Amino acid sequence: MWGHPLGAFPHLYYKFANFFGEDGLQEKPLLEIKGVSKSFGAVEALSKVDFRANVGEVMALVGDNGAGKSTLIKGIAGIYPFDSGEIYFDGKRVNLHSPRESAHLGIEVVYQDLALADNLDVVANMFLGRERVGSFFAMDELSMEKACIETLSSLSVTTLRSVRTPVAGLSGGQRQAIAVAKAVMWNSKLVILDEPTAALGVAQTRQVLDLVRRLADRGLAVVLISHNLHDVFEVADRITVLRLGRNVGELVAKDTTQELVVHAITAGKMKTVPGMKETEV
Amino acid sequence: MSTIQNDTGAPQNPLLASQAPQSVSDYLRGSLRRIRGGDIGALPIIIGLIIIAIIFQSANSNYLTPRNLVNLIVQMAAVTSIAYGVVFILILGEIDLSVSFVSAVGGVGMALLLQPPPTWPAWIQAVPWFVAIPLALLLVTIIGFVQGKIITYFQLPAFVVTLAGFLVWSGVVLIMVGGAGTVIIQDKTVLGIANSFLPPILGWIVGAIFVAAVAATQILEMRTRQSKGLSTRPLPIILGQVVGLAIVIGIAVYISNLDRGVPFVGVLILIMLGILDYVATRTRFGRYVYAVGGNKEAARRAGINVERIRVFVFMLASFMAGVGGIVLASRLRSVATNTGGGDLLLNSIAAAVIGGTSLFGGRGKVSSAVLGALIIASVDSGMGLLPNVSAGAKFVVTGLVLLVAVVVDAISRRSQQQSGIR
Repeated sequence: MWGHPLGAFPHLYYKFANFFGEDGLQEKPLLEIKGVSKSFGAVEALSKVDFRANVGEVMALVGDNGAGKSTLIKGIAGIYPFDSGEIYFDGKRVNLHSPRESAHLGIEVVYQDLALADNLDVVANMFLGRERVGSFFAMDELSMEKACIETLSSLSVTTLRSVRTPVAGLSGGQRQAIAVAKAVMWNSKLVILDEPTAALGVAQTRQVLDLVRRLADRGLAVVLISHNLHDVFEVADRITVLRLGRNVGELVAKDTTQELVVHAITAGKMKTVPGMKETEV
Repeated sequence: MSTIQNDTGAPQNPLLASQAPQSVSDYLRGSLRRIRGGDIGALPIIIGLIIIAIIFQSANSNYLTPRNLVNLIVQMAAVTSIAYGVVFILILGEIDLSVSFVSAVGGVGMALLLQPPPTWPAWIQAVPWFVAIPLALLLVTIIGFVQGKIITYFQLPAFVVTLAGFLVWSGVVLIMVGGAGTVIIQDKTVLGIANSFLPPILGWIVGAIFVAAVAATQILEMRTRQSKGLSTRPLPIILGQVVGLAIVIGIAVYISNLDRGVPFVGVLILIMLGILDYVATRTRFGRYVYAVGGNKEAARRAGINVERIRVFVFMLASFMAGVGGIVLASRLRSVATNTGGGDLLLNSIAAAVIGGTSLFGGRGKVSSAVLGALIIASVDSGMGLLPNVSAGAKFVVTGLVLLVAVVVDAISRRSQQQSGIR
């Protein structure tokens, strides 16, 4: 039938093959994307990509620059809707044509630049655009502050001195934690993190990775985009590799190694790159 | 407000654990740490006012007199009102160069509605003050709307659009006032805005109400916070601040009563301060203004209609400029072809900046308009009392004060960044 994507690397074959089951991980797909494509003019950014995110798992999305990671998450976020393909959320077929629709389903994206207003305090940032309003047009600061403290505490964000601190004074890790907490606060079910550790030092990276793990342990589906495979292997349950707009494989993190993933990201020699479903085990 | 987080042996909910009531010494230590870190608040302005008072009093013993104090309040009223609007514009990270002549359009518009010139068509009748003032304010608000729409729709820099407005509205004032050169205002109510004074008893009552209102909101807020288990400032500190405010207000009322009494515009300025501060700090709109000024992209992603907020703020600035124009017309008892010219624009913007509002957006308080205008008016009035001082020297000194204020702001911000104020 089709040439296998790893045809040139038969020794990797079995690693990629244990797809859908047999890997000891629970499978409750929250988001399932089947065969989505997206073109920008003549450039095909995504070509029949399958992708999924399971409840309670961290799914890492890796790939080289231009592999289509950003296009994929922007499609999920509803910013650049897909041209074709099917999307299932919680088992139901859905359309993601606008950020509002995604947010409504419970999909929150934490972008790389975080989008925090430095001059506002932690509470104001977490509730920005969704302030609770009481009487006389006044914001209900007390209940917002309380909810904010509860959310941060439940995520074990312990390094903050006060939630009334302007965000400008916080460290990179703390800012990332605020951005993540902001995404989690709205009963979100799927949280997508775009390079959350890119600009952080060792200790702060540790904090953020712990936070990412806790999100999944709380029963959220987490998608982690990262260039840093070390980070990926630290927290991810599964790894989806994109290359040149195609899904070249979904791997189970504990059954694979960094070298194999690097191969999948960079190696060529594929005649065609079908979705994994079309491969034979 | 900020407490030191105890990491060792902390309970599971560390942020909640830090919400216990603070002791006075903890609070004072925290304040001292913030001041050392560069978060100096209104401190430089108060020190500046004291220095200004000492310098001018030693040069001319007529400086610190009841008469001069009352004059000061009346003189700063118009600039303060315009500066209120400028504060919002600056927080947004924009600039509005048209406020001075928009204020003139408001003042002239009101004056002409009160007594239409003979050259106008006969069907335009004179209207009473309670029609003329709202119409004039409506007119300037529409001007703000148009300028804001042009800025947001064509995505032009506010600097250029309001510079065009500066020229256009100065021309419109010339055309409106016409050949006569001056329009005298005769309406008693309008003249009363800037030229009436509260009877001594009423002055005391108004002062007491103001202090009581501040005390009530502070204590009420503390109670609610405590009942929800959130951290509060210690009660003695709140009481101390209220007593301090009461003393300042008491002295101001007492001295004013030694002269003509508390000026009505003084009360007007305080009422506007209360309303606008509420809008800026308590409402969603105010929060969004700060958010847009701090990070426009973050505001947009949060679902805030950034363009609408910007247009609203330009409308607000023009409205406040109109109020200032009416106050100014009332104080001068007339409007003329040069109304809105001179140093009105620069003083209005300088007042907001000297008071501590950042030109770079996102930071500032409504009260900075009052403090800045007070500094400018103090210097102005002090220079006026010195013998042989030219108008040029006044500008030089005001300019230097502005420069000092901006430098102090820059230093404070840098040390805040270095110390990473928490």
